[in-house]
Amino acid sequence: MDKIIVVQPEKCTGCHTCELVCSFTHADEFNPNRSRISVFNYDKIGFSVPMLCQQCGVAACMNVCPTGAITRNATTGAMEVQDSKCIRCKMCTIACPFGATLYDVVDNIVAKCDLCGGDPACVKLCPSGAISYQEANTASLSKRKAFAAKFKDVFEEVG
Amino acid sequence: MYGWKGQILRVDLTSGAISKEALKIDDMHKFIGARGLGTKLFYDEVDPQVDPLSAENKLIFMTGPLTGTLATSGGRYNVITKGPLNGTIAASNSGGSFGPELKFAGYDGIIFEGKADKPVYLWISNEKVELRSAEDMWGKTVPETTDIIKEVTDDDAKIACIGPAGEKLVKFACIMNEYNRAAGRSGVGAVMGSKNLKAVTVRGTGGVKVADNAGFINAINDARSKLKAHPVTGAGLAAYGTNVLVNILNEHGTLPVKNYSEASVYPNAEKISGEYQAEHNLVRNKGCFGCSIGCGRVTKNHGKYKGIGEGPEYEATWGFGADMGVDDFEAICKANFLCNELGLDAITMATTLACATEMTEKGIIPRDKSDLGWGNADTMVEEVRKTGYREGFGDELAEGSYRLAEQYGHPEFSMSVKKQEIPAYDPRGQQGTGLNYATSNRGGCHVRGYMTAPEVLGIPVKIDPDNTEGQPELLKIFQDLTAVVDSAGLCLFITFGIGLPEIAEQYRTATGVNISDGDLLQAGDRIWNLERLFNLKAGFSKADDTLPDRLLNEPLKGGPHKGSVVKLDQMLPIYYSIRGWDEKGVPTGEKMNELGLA
Repeated sequence: MDKIIVVQPEKCTGCHTCELVCSFTHADEFNPNRSRISVFNYDKIGFSVPMLCQQCGVAACMNVCPTGAITRNATTGAMEVQDSKCIRCKMCTIACPFGATLYDVVDNIVAKCDLCGGDPACVKLCPSGAISYQEANTASLSKRKAFAAKFKDVFEEVG
Repeated sequence: MYGWKGQILRVDLTSGAISKEALKIDDMHKFIGARGLGTKLFYDEVDPQVDPLSAENKLIFMTGPLTGTLATSGGRYNVITKGPLNGTIAASNSGGSFGPELKFAGYDGIIFEGKADKPVYLWISNEKVELRSAEDMWGKTVPETTDIIKEVTDDDAKIACIGPAGEKLVKFACIMNEYNRAAGRSGVGAVMGSKNLKAVTVRGTGGVKVADNAGFINAINDARSKLKAHPVTGAGLAAYGTNVLVNILNEHGTLPVKNYSEASVYPNAEKISGEYQAEHNLVRNKGCFGCSIGCGRVTKNHGKYKGIGEGPEYEATWGFGADMGVDDFEAICKANFLCNELGLDAITMATTLACATEMTEKGIIPRDKSDLGWGNADTMVEEVRKTGYREGFGDELAEGSYRLAEQYGHPEFSMSVKKQEIPAYDPRGQQGTGLNYATSNRGGCHVRGYMTAPEVLGIPVKIDPDNTEGQPELLKIFQDLTAVVDSAGLCLFITFGIGLPEIAEQYRTATGVNISDGDLLQAGDRIWNLERLFNLKAGFSKADDTLPDRLLNEPLKGGPHKGSVVKLDQMLPIYYSIRGWDEKGVPTGEKMNELGLA
């Protein structure tokens, strides 16, 4: 069963730990600019949003790639870039609606979240649980369930 | 280079010249970074007798080798200068993302010298560095300034700036970064204002490398899991922020009330507690860069002081709350929001107001100056605003409690040490905290050796807060370790959950410097002594290592420590002796040799 990274911005403290882990894992240095996940802080209202590849079912990055360098990993479901086939045309970085594929100048590669082969490092160190790795077909269930609990509370009060 | 970037900027504001300089390896190894390395550079370049608000004073921003890495809460930078509030060596530190961004731009720090003839701000975009006019933002608040600079530079830039308070040379103006984080104490913002420097803006897209990737990640995983498992760093601070301390200190009987004039038990503590905040005003928890604790609070006011901001931290809550006899939590938040917007140190602001209130209530300050009174929340909030702009009585408050009280002939009402106000913990019920206040190198301050940890919280060991025995020995270790933590670029709060071994392992694997735990702690001792040497040359002496008369001679009026005073004379000689100082508090030649400071 495919697992997906679930983002809950309301839990994010804006600490950027995920960016540090990601760049360290993939680029051997601490550098948010080279991370495949980015957190945007809206300091004046205290809100933070982590953004990363959604591993789309219909993936624009894959569809636009002229050399077939982007393929889906059958085990993890991650869209992965095969570096030997990639011609650095960067069309995928243009096609992705979320800006989740990036061109890494230092290593001259197109980089994107590969779910770390099925064990995402960012999830493991996220201190607030704002990013989690869950079974795809039950990922929304927990959110639905939490909302259902609110209904239950309301009915209890009026009942 | 690993950990450090090895390079700093020097900005001569008088001539406008900007240069890049390499750091000396020996200095980095001996003084670590941030607070320690900044102090070393400052000590070598600045006459301790300098007027803090003159062009001859310098202002150093400095990060540590662990700043910007995955190290435990490693997002901090320090501002080192001679502080205008009291003339001691100031090292004021702040979190957020400013320090890491400076590293990502390629610099460990910046030395500002001289004085610009017109308002300017520094714009650092990686290797490109320039001074730009700040005339259109002079007079603006911190959020206004931050917004303007983001608009004209880069929306992702990190900005440290002063508000109107820094421009008006309020003696306790702070430097704010990313709207809500403060290098709060000692008046470092006034030094920035005196140099006509409105802001420092950084955008960096480089990285920080560590020496031993595998070793570092092991050290991080070990340290982070310990922080997560610890009741303070893993639960208390995350759930209630630093305001978790309100009820704890109140129960302990060391939550000072009304300028320390009553028993240190505040009857309405519950209404200003972290628990109350979580239930009524909390929007979200906030973490500084790379922090796994997340003690920051995004707070919302719903009533007449409607608005949103960060904080208040425990010391501000206490200051605008119990110390002012105020139990309206939203008024406390409003006063704190104003401090952030105008660029004021909330601790000195609140305690100066408490001092002024006591003198007003006693008829020493005439009523036509202000209608400050215990519990008068609206006046309190208005006086904060006026202080930021030096309007009316605010112009007198802007000098801090010591000068204010002295001006009216009653310096004894200033609850300060070396003219800087002490916060939130009554040392009459925490003897070690009393010794910490008396010996802190920047004057009244709780975070130079946080003895509340062992005395109240039992971390790392529970000691009897009413007994002076063993306090000097433990304080020295706390002060030295704090110097290490500050200098490495870490947040002091990690020391609730981890200690020297975990910190040293992060330092070693990041920098590749092979140093024992003991030698790293000795670097803290070295930094402490260098700060002491600066203060001695600036004119401070044993006579200044003391406490307000009230804490030495007026017994606590109630609570668990009723009848207590601080027994400083029992502790100070022992402290000097274990520090390797003579009876006048001067480091001996032997000690200087031992530390390589001779």
